[in-house]
Amino acid sequence: MAKMIKEMEHPLYRKSNKMRMERFGKWLTFLSVALTAAITAAILFLVFSKGLSTFITNEGSVKDFFTGTTWNPAEVNSLGKPIIGALPFLVGSIAVTGISALLSAPLAIGAAIFMSEIAPRTGKRIMQPVIELLVGIPSVVYGFIGLTVVVPLLRDLFPGSGFGIAAGTIVLSVMILPTVTSLALDAIQSVPRSLREASLALGSTRWQMICKVVLKTAKPGLMMAIIFGMARAFGEALAVQMVIGNASVIPHSLFEPASTVTSILTMGMGYTVMGQVENNALWSLALVLLLMSLFFTITVRMIGKGKNS
Amino acid sequence: MRKRNRITVLAFVLLCIGVIAGCSSTKASDSEKGKAKQETEPIMAVGSSALQPLVEAAAQQYSEKNPGSVINVQGGGSGTGLSKISEGAVDIGNSDIFAEEKEGVDASNLVDHKVAVVGMGPVSHPETGVEDITSEELIGIFTGEIKNWKELGGVDQEIIVINRAKGSGTRATFETFALQGKEPIDAQEQDSSGTVRKIVGETPGAISYLAFSYFDHTTTALKVNGVTPNRTSVESNEWEIWAYQHMYTNGEAKGLAKELIEYMLSEEVQEVLLPEMGYLPVTGMQVERDAEGTVTKK
Repeated sequence: MAKMIKEMEHPLYRKSNKMRMERFGKWLTFLSVALTAAITAAILFLVFSKGLSTFITNEGSVKDFFTGTTWNPAEVNSLGKPIIGALPFLVGSIAVTGISALLSAPLAIGAAIFMSEIAPRTGKRIMQPVIELLVGIPSVVYGFIGLTVVVPLLRDLFPGSGFGIAAGTIVLSVMILPTVTSLALDAIQSVPRSLREASLALGSTRWQMICKVVLKTAKPGLMMAIIFGMARAFGEALAVQMVIGNASVIPHSLFEPASTVTSILTMGMGYTVMGQVENNALWSLALVLLLMSLFFTITVRMIGKGKNS
Repeated sequence: MRKRNRITVLAFVLLCIGVIAGCSSTKASDSEKGKAKQETEPIMAVGSSALQPLVEAAAQQYSEKNPGSVINVQGGGSGTGLSKISEGAVDIGNSDIFAEEKEGVDASNLVDHKVAVVGMGPVSHPETGVEDITSEELIGIFTGEIKNWKELGGVDQEIIVINRAKGSGTRATFETFALQGKEPIDAQEQDSSGTVRKIVGETPGAISYLAFSYFDHTTTALKVNGVTPNRTSVESNEWEIWAYQHMYTNGEAKGLAKELIEYMLSEEVQEVLLPEMGYLPVTGMQVERDAEGTVTKK
């Protein structure tokens, strides 16, 4: 018996320090993953249960939600259902996101081409820090600049008060520009050097090489960059809320006040009581946002998969 | 090297623990301090963002005079304040509106303490050429019937209506007492009074409404039916667009909550702090208004 104990105490039987560290590290990383997964699941559960209760508990009509144009969840219509027409916000969000992607994509891809193909050294040394600087500016600053510069400018140039989708689009385009640019740059730089060399060896000019080889090869990556930008634009709330005007109507032009899902959501949250129809309706908007961002993420993943295969 | 790393990690962990312990032990150390002076539990006041700065300032003054009393003040909107207090989750619920007016709030247990009055009024861009309008004209503007300032004898300029967000206390008050319950058109909505003032000051033809505390030279405060919006006209109810600022407690106020509310109603807050911050003293009102809007002489 005494001998046994002695043998167990032998250094070879003991767990080594490294082993313990290994175990510890495994647990630590596993816990981090578990916590992240739990948080994600909790958020999904909360948003789904709250967002769907507008339709289940308060008997709001799903069709009204996506096609109705009047938003007044505090009151009920002739059928006794809450008035939850979110179409104006959906239209606003989609318009703002789409147009700002259209505006910023060519700019971003152009800048990325410049930085990687035309003048890599100046591009890297000057352009990249400048563009990265844009990421660090808080969105409230963008909103305030939009309010003091963009809105008065639009008011002077076009009829109307200056608030509207146009102002929101301009502010958002600048905001998503750095994201799209740096992702587009990554995509272009990942095009193998051999392709460029082969293209030049066949006698193409630099421009032909960029157009026909580099951009073509980088296309899935560029698409991903644009979609990432759109995801950001769709979810941005503060800056847009300040310049879009927040009128819950479908605007007739780009220069009339409109609203987005996020702007209505952030404006309304503090004024509603938990568990009431007004509050649930806002959660439904949050659910739409969540689904949209899931959609964007899945699209990006699918494109990424297509690129690899 | 490894040892040093470990010591750094250890020190960091200790620091974290220290910070967390420091944060959570305020209660303990406060009650120790409180024993010397008086027994006080920290309280929490949540709600109306319009009332928040006033309660914060008053709470700070109160704490300076009574060391050991901890009063946490948070915003979140009147809806939040009312729902939290009726759940009993906080000690005081701040609100711009009567609890009876908010759907989904059980007002039966709540005790209302009116601590201040806020006057509100229509404001317009300074260059509209209009300074005095009738209440019919005001309703016409906000319901979209009057579209140009020249219809009111001003310059030829399109009227741009700016609303506050649905559910905002200021908007509710303005709709009830200025628009006589009429729903304004779907126009621009802005979240905060500061933004509204900035937009009205900069957009030609704009009109909106603000609390008196936000009035300044960048906008024109319109007279309604010839009455100037100021403290005297509110106190006599000649200017009808005003609202109480409520501090609700669940059941009768007790402990620090009671003391804070008493302090809010004391002369030094009502006569000094309130006017300084742009609120009107509730003690000066010559009339009283209940949740249904019925006005009685005091």
